[in-house]
Amino acid sequence: MARRGRFWRIGAFEVGNTLLMLAVCFLTLYPMWFVLVNSLNSPAQASLGTVNWFPKEFSLASYSVAFNDKTLMNGFYITTMRTIIGTVVHVLFTAIVAYGMSKSNLMGRKLYLKISLITMLFSGGLIPSFILMTKLGLYDSFWVFIIPSMYTFFNMVIFMSFFRTIPDSLEESAKVDGASDYGVLFRIVLPNSMAVIATISLFSAVYHWNDYYQGVIYIHSQELLPLQTMLYKIIAENSMSFMQQQAMAQFGARLPGNSIKFASMMVATLPILIFYPFIQRYLVKGVMIGAIKG
Amino acid sequence: MFQYRTEQMKALVRQWQLQSMVIPGIIWMFIFCYIPMFWLIIAFMDFSIAKPMLESPFVGLKHFQDFMTDDRFWRSIRNTLGMSTIKLVLGFPIPIMFALLLNEIRSLRFKRTVQTISYLPHFIAWTIFGGIALNWLGEGGVVNQLMMALGFQDREILFNSDPKYFWWITFFTDTLKETGWSAIIYIAAIAGIDPGLYEAAELDGANRWQRMWHITVQSIRPTIAILFILAVSGILGSNFEQIFMLKNNMNMKMAESLDLYIYNMGLVSGRHSFSTAVLFARSIVALGLLLLANQTSKKLTGDSIF
Repeated sequence: MARRGRFWRIGAFEVGNTLLMLAVCFLTLYPMWFVLVNSLNSPAQASLGTVNWFPKEFSLASYSVAFNDKTLMNGFYITTMRTIIGTVVHVLFTAIVAYGMSKSNLMGRKLYLKISLITMLFSGGLIPSFILMTKLGLYDSFWVFIIPSMYTFFNMVIFMSFFRTIPDSLEESAKVDGASDYGVLFRIVLPNSMAVIATISLFSAVYHWNDYYQGVIYIHSQELLPLQTMLYKIIAENSMSFMQQQAMAQFGARLPGNSIKFASMMVATLPILIFYPFIQRYLVKGVMIGAIKG
Repeated sequence: MFQYRTEQMKALVRQWQLQSMVIPGIIWMFIFCYIPMFWLIIAFMDFSIAKPMLESPFVGLKHFQDFMTDDRFWRSIRNTLGMSTIKLVLGFPIPIMFALLLNEIRSLRFKRTVQTISYLPHFIAWTIFGGIALNWLGEGGVVNQLMMALGFQDREILFNSDPKYFWWITFFTDTLKETGWSAIIYIAAIAGIDPGLYEAAELDGANRWQRMWHITVQSIRPTIAILFILAVSGILGSNFEQIFMLKNNMNMKMAESLDLYIYNMGLVSGRHSFSTAVLFARSIVALGLLLLANQTSKKLTGDSIF
C-alpha cells in the first residue's frame, strides 16, 4: 500500500477492518484458552463446561492425574522419541539424497527425477501400504513411525533447490583442499543451509508430534501408542485408562472425565505452544521455499 | 577387465560418492511408493493377507461391480462431494478475503501479530481441535449455551450426534483451523506486488475497492488459479484426520467419506481387495479431474500447473 498521504484519516473501513481482525484473533485463541482454563478448573467446575474466562476454582488435580498416569506418560515418551528420531532421520536422509540430486553432472539424474515424479501422480494408497507394512514387519513396531516417513520427494526438491543457490566457488575451494563429496556436504553445504534445515525440521517435527492416524492404523500394543493416538481414544472413543477411571471414581461423578481430557489435551499441546514463538519466524520463509515448487 | 569399461562406466565409478547419496533415496522410493502401486493389482484378485499374493485367484472386475451396486459406496460419494463442495464454494474464498483485508491494515506491528496468531491453530493436532469441537457441540457445550442465550433455540441440541449438522461442522472447524495458514501464500503474493501500481492507480483516482480489485486481485490471480486447480482435483479426497476424529455411530450416515469408506471396508471389515478396487477407481478419477481442471483453467484464465 502506498503509505504516503492521508494516513491520519481513519475511516469506517479502518475501524471495521481492525475489529474484524481482532475477532479473528479471538476466534483463534479462545479455543486454546478454553482448554487451559478448564484444565486448571476443579474437576467439578470443568464438568459443567460453561464459558469461563478464568478458572472458577483453581486446581491442579487434573494435571496430577495426567502426570501420574503411566500409560499417558508412556505415550508422551513414545511421541517425544518419535518426534526426535523421526525428524533427525528425515532431515538427514532427505538432505543427503538432495545433495546428490543437486549436482547436474550426476549420472542418471534425469531418470531419477522421472522415477520420482511418477510417485507424485500415482500412489498405492491405504490398503496396499498397509499390506506392505505388514509384510515388512513394521506393523506394531516403533519403526513404522520413522522409516516410511524418512523421505519425501517434495522436501527433497526444497533442499535441492536451496543447495543449488549455494555458490559453487565455496564447494570448489573445499574440493581443492581435498574434501570428499561427503566432506563438502557436511562441512560446507549443510552449515550454510540452516534456514532450510530449520524449516523442514519444523514441518517434520510438527507432523510427528501431531499425528494420531499412524498409531490408529499400525499400532496394536498399548506400550507403543503415541500420545495423540491415546488422546484420540480418550476423546473420540471415550475410553480411559485404568488410572483415569480410578481418578474419575475418586472425583465422584461420571462427568469429571472432562477435566482429565482437558489436562491431557494441554499436556499434548504444551510443547507446541512453548516452541511456537521461537519457530514462527521460520514459518513464512518455509512456506515460501515450499511454494516455489508447489 | 579394465579395457572393456566404457567412458561412462568410469565416470560412474568416479562419482560413486554422489551415487551412494542418491541411490538409497531411489531404493526407498521403490519400496514405499512403487511396491504399493504394484499391490494395487489385488483390486482384481480375491486377495488374502495370509497367503502369498500370487496364490490369490484373479477375479477381474468383480469388486468394481460390487462396489458400484453398494448403497454405502454411493452414500460415501455423496458425502465426499457434499463436504468438498461446501469447502470449495464457501471455504476457498475465505483465506483470499482474509489476506486482502489483512493487507489493508496499516500498522505493521498489528498486521504481524494478527498473522502470527491466525496460523497458530494449524499447528495444533486434530485430536485437540476435534476434542474442543466435540466438547463445544455436545450437551451443555459452548455452542448450545450461546445459541440459547441469543434465543436461536430453546433447548439443547446434540449437534455432533445429529447427522444433518456434520458437513457444516467439518466446514467450520476446518475454516477455523486453517484460514490463517492458507492465507500465507496469498499474503506472500500480495507482498510481491509493485507499489508503483498502487500509486499510479491512486493518481488516476481509483478508490480503495477499485485498487483492491483491479490491482491486488488481478496480481494474485495466477496463485488463485493454481490453488483452485489443486482444490478441484482434490474433490474426491477429504481430511481424513478431521473426519475420523469427529465421526461417531450416530452421524456416520453423513460422515462416511470415500476415505473413511475405504478404511472401514479394508481395515475394519478386512475386505482388502474390495477396498483397493474403490481406491483404484478413485485414483483414476482424481487424475482425470486434475487434468480437466488444469485444461479448463488454461483455457479460461491462461494459468495452469502444466
